[in-house]
Amino acid sequence: MTLTERLREKISQAFYNHGLLCASYPIPIILFTALCILACCCPLLKLPLPGTGPVEFTTPVKDYSPPPVAPDRKPGEPSERPEWYVGAPVAYIQQIFVKSSVSPWHKNLLAVDVFRSPLSRAFQLVEEVRNHVLRDSSGTRGLEEVCLQVTDLLPGLRKLRNLLPEHGCLLLSPGNFWQNDRERFHADPDIIGTIHQHEPKTLQTSATLKDLLFGVPGKYSGVSLYARRRMVSYTITLVFQRYHAKFLGSLRARLMLLHPSPNCSLRAESLVHVHFKEEIGIAELIPLVTTYIILFAYIYFSTRKIDMVKSKWGLALAAVVTVLSSLLMSVGLCTLFGLTPTLNGGEIFPYLVVVIGLENVLVLTKSVVSTPVDLEVKLRIAQGLSSESWSIMKNMATELGIILIGYFTLVPAIQEFCLFAVVGLVSDFFLQMLFFTTVLSIDIRRMELADLNKRLPSEACLPPAKPVGRPARFERQLAVRPSTPHTITLQPSSFRNLRLPKRLRVIYFLARTRLAQRLIMAGTVVWIGILVYTDPAGLRTYLAAQLPENQTLPGEPPEPGSPAEGAHDSPVPEVTWGPEDEELWRKLSFRHWPTLFSYYNITLAKRVVRYISLLPVIPVTLRLNPREALEGRHPQDGRNAWPPRRPGPGGLWEAGPRALGVAPAHGDVTLYKVAALGLAAGMVLVLLLLCLYRVLCPRNYGQPGGGPGRRRRGELPCDDYGYAPPETEIAPLVLRGHLMDIECLASDGMLLVSCCLAGHVCVWDAQTGDCLTRIPRPGQRRDSGVGSVFEAQESWERLSDSGKGGPEEPGDSPPLRHRPRGPPPPALFGDQPDLTCLIDTNFSSQPRLSEPTQPEPRHRAGCSRARDGPGYDFSRLVQRVYQDDGLVPGRPPALRPSSPGPGPPPLTPEDEGGCPPEKGSPCLAWVPSADGSIWSLELQGSLIVVGRSSGRLEVWDAIEGTLRCSSEEVTSGITALVFLDKRIVAARLNGSLDFFSLETRTALSPLQFRGTPGRSSSPASPVYSSSDTVACRLTHTVPCAHQKPITALKAAAGRLVTGSQDHTLRVFRLEDSCCLFTLQGHSGAITAVYIDQTMVLASGGQDGAICLWDVLTGSRVSHMFAHRGDVTSLTCTTSCVISSGLDDLISIWDRSTGIKLYSIQQDLGCGASLGVISDNLLVTGGQGCVSFWDLNYGDLLQTVYLGKNSEAQPTRQILVLDNAAIVCNFGSELSLVYVPSVLEKLD
Amino acid sequence: MAEGETESPGPKKRGPYISSVTSRSVNLMIRGVVLFFIGVFLALVLNLLQIQRNVTLFPPDVIASIFSSAWWVPPCCGTASAVIGLLYPCIDRHLGEPHKFKREWSSVMRCVAVFVGINHASAKVDFDNNIQLSLTLAALSIGLWWTFDRSRSGFGLGVGIAFLATLVTQLLVYNGVYQYTSPDFLYVRSWLPCIFFAGGITMGNIGRQLAMDFFTESKFDLRRTVMECSQDPHFLSYGITKRCLMHKKQKDQEARCSQ
Repeated sequence: MTLTERLREKISQAFYNHGLLCASYPIPIILFTALCILACCCPLLKLPLPGTGPVEFTTPVKDYSPPPVAPDRKPGEPSERPEWYVGAPVAYIQQIFVKSSVSPWHKNLLAVDVFRSPLSRAFQLVEEVRNHVLRDSSGTRGLEEVCLQVTDLLPGLRKLRNLLPEHGCLLLSPGNFWQNDRERFHADPDIIGTIHQHEPKTLQTSATLKDLLFGVPGKYSGVSLYARRRMVSYTITLVFQRYHAKFLGSLRARLMLLHPSPNCSLRAESLVHVHFKEEIGIAELIPLVTTYIILFAYIYFSTRKIDMVKSKWGLALAAVVTVLSSLLMSVGLCTLFGLTPTLNGGEIFPYLVVVIGLENVLVLTKSVVSTPVDLEVKLRIAQGLSSESWSIMKNMATELGIILIGYFTLVPAIQEFCLFAVVGLVSDFFLQMLFFTTVLSIDIRRMELADLNKRLPSEACLPPAKPVGRPARFERQLAVRPSTPHTITLQPSSFRNLRLPKRLRVIYFLARTRLAQRLIMAGTVVWIGILVYTDPAGLRTYLAAQLPENQTLPGEPPEPGSPAEGAHDSPVPEVTWGPEDEELWRKLSFRHWPTLFSYYNITLAKRVVRYISLLPVIPVTLRLNPREALEGRHPQDGRNAWPPRRPGPGGLWEAGPRALGVAPAHGDVTLYKVAALGLAAGMVLVLLLLCLYRVLCPRNYGQPGGGPGRRRRGELPCDDYGYAPPETEIAPLVLRGHLMDIECLASDGMLLVSCCLAGHVCVWDAQTGDCLTRIPRPGQRRDSGVGSVFEAQESWERLSDSGKGGPEEPGDSPPLRHRPRGPPPPALFGDQPDLTCLIDTNFSSQPRLSEPTQPEPRHRAGCSRARDGPGYDFSRLVQRVYQDDGLVPGRPPALRPSSPGPGPPPLTPEDEGGCPPEKGSPCLAWVPSADGSIWSLELQGSLIVVGRSSGRLEVWDAIEGTLRCSSEEVTSGITALVFLDKRIVAARLNGSLDFFSLETRTALSPLQFRGTPGRSSSPASPVYSSSDTVACRLTHTVPCAHQKPITALKAAAGRLVTGSQDHTLRVFRLEDSCCLFTLQGHSGAITAVYIDQTMVLASGGQDGAICLWDVLTGSRVSHMFAHRGDVTSLTCTTSCVISSGLDDLISIWDRSTGIKLYSIQQDLGCGASLGVISDNLLVTGGQGCVSFWDLNYGDLLQTVYLGKNSEAQPTRQILVLDNAAIVCNFGSELSLVYVPSVLEKLD
Repeated sequence: MAEGETESPGPKKRGPYISSVTSRSVNLMIRGVVLFFIGVFLALVLNLLQIQRNVTLFPPDVIASIFSSAWWVPPCCGTASAVIGLLYPCIDRHLGEPHKFKREWSSVMRCVAVFVGINHASAKVDFDNNIQLSLTLAALSIGLWWTFDRSRSGFGLGVGIAFLATLVTQLLVYNGVYQYTSPDFLYVRSWLPCIFFAGGITMGNIGRQLAMDFFTESKFDLRRTVMECSQDPHFLSYGITKRCLMHKKQKDQEARCSQ
């Protein structure tokens, strides 16, 4: 057990370090990997193209007879013969392989002499072959009787008519270039020109005429002026129709007799039958296509799971590249070690991919992506890797085990498959670890690059701010305002240059990573390696000496006749016959024979089984005297002749053919040897990597073994310069009470109103975070509309009575006394049992903590309440709240939420935090209603204006939670609201714009409550007393302000701006609702509008563009293409425009020039959360944190974590209040964060 | 089996692709049809593999037909696969142990690929003797089950299917409907049970995945609603997705009420 644990830890540690390495040096590693892939794929170039390659079958020459036409295969017998080996072949091909050289070589011989006289012997040989007659008991047989008689050439080959035989035996020799006429040859001044006149100019895979006639690949023929080996080889190709063993035997014997090849070791034992398959039958194609379809479906479904990265396509491509190149590497490595694939590559390929699989890659991606986003990239990669290391290794071991089991089935095909799979798995692992991990790190780095760029260089580091909030649970200390708000002091701006110059960064980077040093080290290692490899004195010569010895041992006694003839021509290349000559035709293009036969309209590749049989070559050695060579010389040869190359030392020439002979020595290596070699190669690779790793990473990376655990506090995110912005954790005030996600937020600095999807509106004290009022869905209340104060008051009384059921603290404010009213209507709230917690009336319970310090305001509140008699004057309270809040920052809350219902005791400061949701939850379940959901919300003074989807406009009292008035003339939903002074402007879904004015009148007596409200004469006050009646009157309607729904509405400086989906903006004057301008310039729906007192108007649209307008003239000032996707929010400071888009980028633009200053990459889903605190302080939301940025420099000043990491949620929305508090929206709860109170600059 | 399907979760968990389909039986039918066609397709392809190697011999005139196979084989395989594919999730539900192992389409695809590979091996790889071939294929089939299924019910059902199918094949061959070229296990090849076992596991895998897809709400629904709601002016404001959904549900309910 402990061993497993230790192993696990070790593996995890290794992967961690490896991840760090990969993420640290991505480019070198990718280059190295690419080199590895290329190196391993090199051997693949030699392989024929899959699918169309010829298939061979070898039978011994002895007792050969053509196979019967009808397969007599017995049912149970496993077939040895390939299925195409049926019937007689199309043709038998006999090659007479001539090697000739002029020896001894004289200095006065010319280069032309190397091949002129040897070629002239071809005519003689052809004559001998043609005239050969076998005489035996059955009579005489000439060549004409057994050879393949050909007829016409194809009509398109007229120009070859003189060169290829027609109407006779198919017999090819170099002499065909001269129509088999010796005189012509002797008269030809330019042999090479004649030979090459039919060579194609372009690259071509099919056989050329020269290849056809010579029968050997061009570079082996030796017919060249620059040939190093003065030896000419060519073949005379005979094509037989029938196999006549005696004739062939006599021909062979005669030629061998005439031209003996003394040192020939050719065995001539086997007959090779070659089947060319060119057309793939539909029956074979369908399963193949099916497997490929399944393969692609597998790849598609696998890569679809890649998520949360910068470029999905890029990573998917990388994954596929990983698997494919690992397969190529596997085939390449196996080929390198001598295993030629016999399986159809196209067929087993899909299975190999499926066996190797994309799973590891996906697991890696998922694991890396799920690490904390704010970590540094390296650490993320390292953590992701190490957390999955164990499972990866386990899977890998399992798969290897399974495959090894498969290997011991001893079925050759399965063994080969397993071999490929093993090597493929190992190389896939190698690529995953190096290639894919690195690509992933690059991708993730790209995602965070914007972030990294914004960070400060290290010398401009800020003094670390002291974390203020105690680490205790924040709910417990909610009531206490952070007593010592920490202050971020900025350095004088002279220290903080905008950006370091690029070259300085490069130098810093070099200096910090000691790159040069390491490069030199790596270079040294490589150099030593090269030295060892190419060492002239030691290893290599030794090896070279060893190999030939090994090779010659099993062969026949080499060169029996060489001593006799070697005497007089020792410096001349000897004509040697090695095993490679036996199958020289293999070196020809595999289209050689099909091309030849196709000239005579004979196709070899057909579904009907056809094949040709290649007879063993007849070796012919010609040795020519210099005298003969001189005799054959053409008179012109002397003139344009070049001196032949000086023969080098004989050893060089020897090395050539011998080295060639080494390769086939591996031909009989068994599968087991290959497997061992492959595994050894894999191990060497791993060792090499280990060494490289040691070389590259001598330093231990600060954090040892980061297991899968959560991010530790110590690991601060830091940038390339090692600078980590100060990070603090403060305990925010958590405002809980909403059951569903919060949709709208509004604040006027003192109060905060939020509305959730369920339609609940909560009013919070922006200072303390207390829930003042909850407004349920008004559709379930009976009283709605003007004049509801009376009943509301009753409800208030009832509630306060019930609220007093709990124990009260002694010595607190006097209990409220109300005149008795008889039993309150019981059915009033029967259907709304949770109302008790919605309206906050119990002001008697006070927080204990704040009590002794400042009892004064509460006391006064109590007094005023007592004085006011039946109607409790909230306005005073609210006014005082306002006054006090502006002055005393640490003031205790004036209003406390009551305990819901009679049961629970009054709240202690520890467990408050708004109305506890679990208490109100049973009744707060969302009930659909005809009233529609709340689409917009505005707050001013103590009045909340609510616009609903049903088109109803409601004005609520924020403190009492009562409906003051409503208006529902139009049924089109209110999409946006503006509440300015006493004016309400509502923009509607149908594009119309309604202007309302609020009229208040002080109520004199309760009797007047139900009366029609008269025209108000009281002065406008931001705070509406509860005793006032409020009426909202529709003053003006712009019926068709826009053709399409209005999406944005802002008002400032006496102007009202609307933005709509019809791509236009309109500017209205607030006083008389007169349309001043229609602004056109966007090519998409308007999504965000900003206007401020300086009459600067900015708008953003779905086209991702931002336009700046001059409201005075209605002209467009500038136009920027800001985002990929919609602009989601837009705000301005005096010097810049800040925009955020759907691409989760926040861009900061220069306001006057419209130039983009920089952009900030946001966390996913936090794109629109931004707020401007002051002219140079920007706050953005992140995953469970908020970050403060210096607007002018784009520097990250501080990141404040709100609470614990484990519950990190994206910040959806940020609202900056006047008193430097920030409201962050985390789904269904709000966080009230007191900014480290003011981030002030020192200079 | 039919009762098992009717006990499936209510329509509110219906998948998006068949949002117009309300009744469970229609849902069942769709899955059955999909499975049937998969079975037919696989049968055709795999039969082609066998015919290439002359493993099975059908009467010569039938070979000339377009599918190179007897007409009744693909429908039979399709029906069998439909039954198996529906049976697996049903049994899972009855046993009360929902299948949790590797529920992804990519895994299913891998499984299908391995199954085709097993068939391929049985048809194309030359083995020394039949016992070796059968043992290898049996090991591969068990490996398939271990890799992609790992449930006891799956194993049991697979074995049952293999037994039944082999029995049926024996009967068919006995009655001379078709024959194998070199029978070594009574009248059939001895690897046939392994193939049937692997096929059962594969079809079960597909069936389970289909059942899961049809009974869970996928992202698609959300996306489509959001697309529809993008006409809503507040699309761009925060929280639009949820609002859209709420709004839509509300509308739906209203519409239902008015009806």
